[in-house]
This record gives sequence, C-alpha cells and structure tokens, in this order.
Amino acid sequence: MRRPSTYAMTFRLPIIIWQSVFFVGPLIFVVAMSFFVVKNYRMVETFELDSWSKMINRDYVWSAYRYTLMMAGSASVLASLLAFPAAWFLAFRCSPQARQLAILLLIIPFFTSYLVRTFSWYTILAEAGVLNGVFALLGLGPFTMLNTAFGTMVGYLTFVLPLVLILQTVTMANIDDRLIQAARNLGCSSARTIFSVVLPAGKTGFVIAALFAFILSFGDFVAPFYLGGSNPPTMPILIIDTTKSGQQWPRAAVVAVMMMLTLFSVAFASIMYAYRKRASR
Amino acid sequence: MSDARFKQSKRTFLKTGLASVALSAPFVSRAWAQTVELTILGWYGTAEPDMVGEFEEANNVKFVPKYYAGGDNMLAALAQNPPGTFDIIHTDAEYAKLLVANDLVMELDPNNYPIDDLLHDDFKSFAGHWDDGGKLYSLITRFGHLGVSYNKDVLTAEEAASYDIFWDERLTGKVGHFDWHLPSLGQMSLLMGNATPFDIGEDAWKAVQEKTMSLKPQVGGYFDFGGTFSGLKNGEMLAMVGIGDWVTGILERDGAPVSSVVPKQGGIQWTESYSIAKTSEKTEMALKYLDYTMSPEGQVKTAQMLGYPGHAVTKAGRALLNEVDPAEAQRSHQVNGDAQDPITLINEGRISYRDIPVQQSLEDWNDFWSEYKNA
Repeated sequence: MRRPSTYAMTFRLPIIIWQSVFFVGPLIFVVAMSFFVVKNYRMVETFELDSWSKMINRDYVWSAYRYTLMMAGSASVLASLLAFPAAWFLAFRCSPQARQLAILLLIIPFFTSYLVRTFSWYTILAEAGVLNGVFALLGLGPFTMLNTAFGTMVGYLTFVLPLVLILQTVTMANIDDRLIQAARNLGCSSARTIFSVVLPAGKTGFVIAALFAFILSFGDFVAPFYLGGSNPPTMPILIIDTTKSGQQWPRAAVVAVMMMLTLFSVAFASIMYAYRKRASR
Repeated sequence: MSDARFKQSKRTFLKTGLASVALSAPFVSRAWAQTVELTILGWYGTAEPDMVGEFEEANNVKFVPKYYAGGDNMLAALAQNPPGTFDIIHTDAEYAKLLVANDLVMELDPNNYPIDDLLHDDFKSFAGHWDDGGKLYSLITRFGHLGVSYNKDVLTAEEAASYDIFWDERLTGKVGHFDWHLPSLGQMSLLMGNATPFDIGEDAWKAVQEKTMSLKPQVGGYFDFGGTFSGLKNGEMLAMVGIGDWVTGILERDGAPVSSVVPKQGGIQWTESYSIAKTSEKTEMALKYLDYTMSPEGQVKTAQMLGYPGHAVTKAGRALLNEVDPAEAQRSHQVNGDAQDPITLINEGRISYRDIPVQQSLEDWNDFWSEYKNA
C-alpha cells in the first residue's frame, strides 16, 4: 500500500484533528460522564452504574424515548412525502434558472434563527391567531394547535422541510430524464414511473434526506418545548429537566448516550440501505 | 544625516509626544476611575437598567448578568462556572441555605442593614439566612405570594379562591404549569391539607402525588419564564399552577385580563435574597449594592421591577412606595390596613414559606415531576 504523501496529509489532517477534538473527544467525555456521580450538587469522577440503573429503570424515560422516536420518524416521513411533489416539479418541470431561484429561496429561511421562526408560529397557531381567524370565517374552530403534538410537528417541519426539499430536488435533477421518458413511452403510469424508475434511481438521495429530517427532529429541543408545551416531553427536554434538578449531569449523559446510540443505529442502517446495490436477477 | 534634519526630528518628536499626552489624558483619567464589573447570578430582570441603572451611574459600575429560572438552575450555574465567576448571587431563600452549607458565600454584618425595619419578625431571622452560630450570610430583599393565577374573562376571583378550580371542566387542556416542581407540588400539598407543605411524611407525599397525577388531563403544558407569560397573555392557558402576582402583575400592568389570588387552602411565599460569593474580588462594591437594595429607594425599585414585581421587605421601602407610586402599592396590596396586605396574610397563617423538601430529597420530587410530565 502506498503511503500518503505529506502534501495529501496537509489537507486531510485538519478535518481529522477537528473531528477528534470536537466530536470524538466530547463523545468519549459524555460516555465517561454517564458513570460519574453527583454528591452535594457537585460531580464526582468515578465509575459507577448508578445513573444508568436509575434512568433505565424509569418508565418515564422509555415513554419519552418512544414519543421522541415516533415524532421524529413521523417528521421524517411527512417531510419526505410533502417535499416530493414540489421537488418533482422543480426537477422535471422547471427551467434550470427557475430551479436555481427556487433553491435560493429555500435556503433563505436558514438566514433567520430557527428559534425566531418557531416563535412566529405563536401568532399563527394560537387560539386567537391567524389560522383560527380563517377557520372562524368558515364557521369552524377554534382549534387548539399550540402545546400539542401537532404544534411540535409544525416546528419540526419548519426546521427540516426546506432541507429535505433541496436534497430531493438535487437528487431528482440528477436522474437521467431519458429514463423517465423511456418508462412513459413503454406505457408506465405516473405512479409506476415513480416507484420503478425515480425512487430506485434516486434512492441514496431520498434516504439521506429522510435521515437528515430524522436526526434533526430527534435532537430538537425548540419545537417540542415552545410549540408542544413539553406535553409530553421529548428526550432533549428530558436532558434539560434532568440537569435542572440536583445537577444530575451523569443522568443527563445517560439520556444523551441513549440518543446517540439510536442516531448511530438509524444512520448506519439508513446508509447501508441507501448504498446497497440491487441484487442482479 | 544632517544636523538640521536631526533637530527637526527632535522637534517633531517633542511635538508628537506632547500631543499624545494631551490626547491620552482623558483615557488616563478614565483608567484611574475604571468601571467595575459586577457579575450577578440572578433571576431574569434583576440586573436590568430599571433595577441597577441608577446605581451603575452613581458608582461607575457595570452589571454583567447571568440569568436563571429556578433554584436548581442557579446551583447548576454555580457548578458549571469556575470559582470567582460571580460576585453577587441573587437566590431563592430556600436555596440560600445550600449556599451557606457549601461554604460558597461570605458572612455579612447585620449591623449594616435595617434588620429592625423589616416588615415581619419572620424576616428578621429567616431560615437558612443565618447559621447556627447566629452569623448572617444572606439578606432578604423581596418576596411575593403564589396562589391561583387565572383569566378573569373565564373565572371570578371567588371561583379562583380554591385550588380545586384547576379540575374545573372549563379548564380542560387549559391549565398550565410553571415548569418547576417546588411551587406546583407545594400547592398540591396545601390542597391536601398539609400545614407544612414541604415537610410531609411518606403517606402525605404519596397522596400529593396521586392528587397531582389526577390533574394531568387538565394540563395544557409546562412552561419556562417566557412561555408562562405568553400562555396566559394569549389565552392559551386559562389558569396556571405554581405562579402568582410576579407573572400576572406584569400582564395586568399591560392590560391583560389576568390576576392571582391566594386561595383558601393558603399560598406559598417566594422569598429572594442576596449573597456575596466568597470568591468575589469585588466585595466592597458588592456590599455597596446590598446597602442600596435595602435602602428605601432600592426597595421601591424592587417593588416596581419590570422583570417581575415583588413586595418590599422594609417599612421604609413600603412607605416610600406608597408615596411615589401609590397605584402600584394599591395594585399589589402593599398598603397598611389592606385586607390582602401580604403581611396580613402571613399574620393570618395563610402563607407557607417555600422550602426544599424536608423528608424527601429534591431528587424524589423531581423524579415524580418528570413522571408526571410524561404521564
């Protein structure tokens, strides 16, 4: 095997050092912290399973875990489904100039803080808000949307939908248009074309987009706290709750490790699936 | 090099030097009177211009705040920052005892403060502020009462005068909690008839948990500082557990139809104190600020605080408040002879001082709180 040249290593090393210092290092520290204990409101470095046993045996931890998993999974599926028709339009029905403009417009929301965008939903979703005002004109409502799972989902989608749409658009724009034309010429319906041509051809991009939606929603604190009213709490809220009371950082670290293990598993499984070659017949 | 050129350079050098001295004079004098930075760990609003602006101007001080909500957060902030980070610690009284127990705050001289002028005898020897040897470590500065906070368009004051109103079907999904276990569970404990709501045995604690759990179908959310305000203001929440006039007082000032009452089962008192961190290197200025907060002017500021209102603790402070801001004095019942005067409520035995759990650990209460939120 050829040894990498000094020139090549000059460019490779910074990212390796960066990841080691700011990702692997803190990760190891969080795992280690989950074995520490708190005495007199101060953390003591030791190796005890106390925090793990306390947290794993709490029903509310698993209840928050299931809820977070369900909400993040739903956000991932919903964002993928909602983005698909728009991405299709941008990829296949728009001129390249219009597509570029659309992608620019989709990036613009990220210029504003996510927290600010989340708070703006207050005026729209409140019982005396814009949406209920429209419903009232139709003789409907008022509907409670804030402090519900619906509110949380609106927050998640605010966060992830533009990103999923951009990733899906780029993915579809790179699919050879002639494959779709061939499918239609051979008599495929629109649905058959999507399932037999577009989805397999863009599988990697679609899976990565959905994975991003899952990862970002799973770890999001803002939407479930401000739009969901912490009712019920998600895992990130549980981390805050745990640290707030008695400075139980080791127990919060247990929750964090549970979350990281979940994300690693989901990411690993998704990437394996995304890059798996189809078996030849 | 010619001599003329050298002379010119020398002249230029002297000119430049003199000009530099003249120009830098204001900076030199400013350096002599360098602004002192006082770092304060406190509840939201305690170091805003309405509270500290006058003191800053008069003493060439700049306050650097680190805000928190809830005593546990305060302890977390202390643990996460290196010693010496904070000069003044503004804390809930029940947590002051933990500061003293952990040797985190310096001793204060009671002779420097108007202890005899405090409005109630309990304030003069407030639990946890003094150690067993009679040394003072924490100075009571303001207080307020927690009860039932409600939307006046939906409930009357009479209806709100019992914690049972939280179970009213008009409030289903509209009861909010300030997301901190102590005030909410303390109120549930009062509802269960516990005279000392934070000092309860195992059976009483079990009963409090069962009663609290029965409230879950009514609950619309658990809110932080900002969420509590907006929830009540926009009508998303019609009643709140665990708060009082410190929230509704601000909204009332803005014209929102909300209010708070101390119900028949009794209310809980929050009490706030100032301590000076033992590791502070600016104790002289910090002590000066404590003097200011206990002065009649400082007490008026504490009652009018924009962040959240509180009651003055000294007679002189109350008297000045009635003189300069009678409207606020009347709104908050800080008027001698008022039936809802907070001091009268204490004298009538309707108020329990908020405390940390005595027979259970904070962890037990917090564990249950997490369980309740996830139920």
